Amino acid sequence: MKLHEYQSKFLFRDFGIPIPQGKVATSPNEAYDIAQELGGVVVVKAQVHVGGRGKAGGVKVAQNAEEAKRHAASILGMDIKGLAVERVLIDPGADIQQEVYLAITNDRGAGKPLIMTSMEGGMDIEELNRQRPDAIVREHVDPIMGLHDYQKTYIASAMGMPRAQWRSFGRILSGLYKCYSASDAELAEINPLVITGDGDLLAVDGKVIIDDNALFRQPALTERRDTSGEPDSERQAREAGITYIKLDGQIGCMVNGAGLAMTTMDMTKLYGDEDGIGPANFLDIGGGASPEQVAAALRIILSDENVKCVLFNIFGGITRCDEVANGILTAYNEVNPDVPMVIRLQGTNAAAGNRIISEAQIPHIISAETLTEAAQRAVAAVKERS
Amino acid sequence: MSILIDRTARVLVQGITGRQGGFHAKLMMEYGTDVVGGVTPGKGGEWFEGKPVFDTMRMAVATTNADVSLVTVPARFAADAIMEAADAGIKLVICLTEHIPVSDMMKVVAFCQRRGTRLIGPNCPGVMTPGQAKIGIIPAMVATPGNVGVVSKSGTLTYEVGFAMKNHGIGISTIVGIGGDPVIGTTFVDVLEMFENDPETEKVALLGEIGGSAEIVAADYIKNAMTKPVAAFIAGRSAPPGKRMGHAGAIVDGGEGSAEEKIMALEAAGARVAANPEEIPGLLA
Repeated sequence: MKLHEYQSKFLFRDFGIPIPQGKVATSPNEAYDIAQELGGVVVVKAQVHVGGRGKAGGVKVAQNAEEAKRHAASILGMDIKGLAVERVLIDPGADIQQEVYLAITNDRGAGKPLIMTSMEGGMDIEELNRQRPDAIVREHVDPIMGLHDYQKTYIASAMGMPRAQWRSFGRILSGLYKCYSASDAELAEINPLVITGDGDLLAVDGKVIIDDNALFRQPALTERRDTSGEPDSERQAREAGITYIKLDGQIGCMVNGAGLAMTTMDMTKLYGDEDGIGPANFLDIGGGASPEQVAAALRIILSDENVKCVLFNIFGGITRCDEVANGILTAYNEVNPDVPMVIRLQGTNAAAGNRIISEAQIPHIISAETLTEAAQRAVAAVKERS
Repeated sequence: MSILIDRTARVLVQGITGRQGGFHAKLMMEYGTDVVGGVTPGKGGEWFEGKPVFDTMRMAVATTNADVSLVTVPARFAADAIMEAADAGIKLVICLTEHIPVSDMMKVVAFCQRRGTRLIGPNCPGVMTPGQAKIGIIPAMVATPGNVGVVSKSGTLTYEVGFAMKNHGIGISTIVGIGGDPVIGTTFVDVLEMFENDPETEKVALLGEIGGSAEIVAADYIKNAMTKPVAAFIAGRSAPPGKRMGHAGAIVDGGEGSAEEKIMALEAAGARVAANPEEIPGLLA
């Protein structure tokens, strides 16, 4: 779960990290009041879950409250890469002498938290890593022991942080590590961490991503979820306990297991790509898929009007094919789809499952024995209808 | 021979009185696995299918002399359960549980390393040595004994490939599901090394997916240290970047972890990469 910039920075503040004294506005008048209260130059920043908002015109400097109001009026409601801006953060302008990058993330390969920092902050870390990999200092943290004080000194010295800032940088590093651990973050990033003309450090922009699997113990953070960037279909699926990701092809896929679901998508593309045919979605129906879940999944798949065919690929292990077959029939009767459905049931109780389907004698059901056959038949069915 | 487990494995099931744990413990016993008992805190003294249930792993290990543990408890208890098994002296822990927070897993993996315990998973289907023992949820019908080692990040995709191999008369030495999470106890390379050193494994099938760089590291190992032929499949060629494809670890992030780069690395290492998992038997023949 991604946090907005303002949510990330307010969270940093809870861990003793200095941030600009800004506030969030949802209307131009509110923006005016905040800018008036802050006084002087302010920055009006769109709060949306997409990168590159600056380039899209979502970040603007205002000399006074009147200008802040105008900027807020133009940014609020603006469409940035398909997302409407609902909030702006009004921050006081910072006196920037140097921009530093500082982040803590899960290093999946090493299985440890990784601190990444650089005196060349400002640009995004992937870009910096491509252009100047040597300018990034990387330090792993022992997940059981936590961050040692000597590591802070090592990092500050290795990155070339001026000695005058070592103490305050060390405090920020400790605060960020505590924030990352306590929040079950996958990423806690300050970019830029600014060294001001007075030599103070200030977290001017921030980004925090929380591990979805840890939300059960992060009730305060869970409440901050902003679902506005999430397609309706994906939200419905999430609420029904199904993993669904919308794509732009024509073959709706319903599969048990994430690896096989990806593979099934890949197969529709493998056999359909030259005709512009591919998967309409990723969908993992999960372990013991009940008829209700199959029906919910089918409705979600069919809510996408690009779908010209639905492909069921079930390899029964724990999942029993006869139960899935009953689920498909229930779902079919309830949803009444007018697109062809290719059904491939294999594994536990496959024979019984296939018998249930064939005895039901539903129009436009196409059966298949192997995954290859199923993908090819789904592609052919789409071709026939277009 | 085989790797990790054979018919002599003495297995405890943590969460044996739960719905999933009990269901699969029974199937494991039907397969011939020597399940010697189970652990559910608060249910010590009960019996499951004639096997004793204990309150703690310490007591269970002391009484049964078990050497493998299968963790089937829910995500919020699983990290603790794995560490309890390691602390009780279990040297092989297999964890099926999905949705364990990564921050927990980083601690657990470090803890297991310090105790000298090998962890398989989490979020995996388990380990099966066909004809001898299965520990986990891999269906019995997907494999017959033979000389191909299978290592995979995914459950049902493994069944798919195992089943296709069986239909082509190709048997399996051991199937190891390493799991689809970002932080796991045992990697592709760990398992490849075991297969390389196992006299009964002649060839290896590796089933990977998008996300992370474990397949790239595996390609390096295949190139530099493996003599046995490897056939591979990488799932997620059609997956869009920045989206998590069901498995917590399956995400192409900042251009890293794509199927293309993994396929290229594996091919460059001499592995034969299938575009379709049903082609794997052909590549192994």
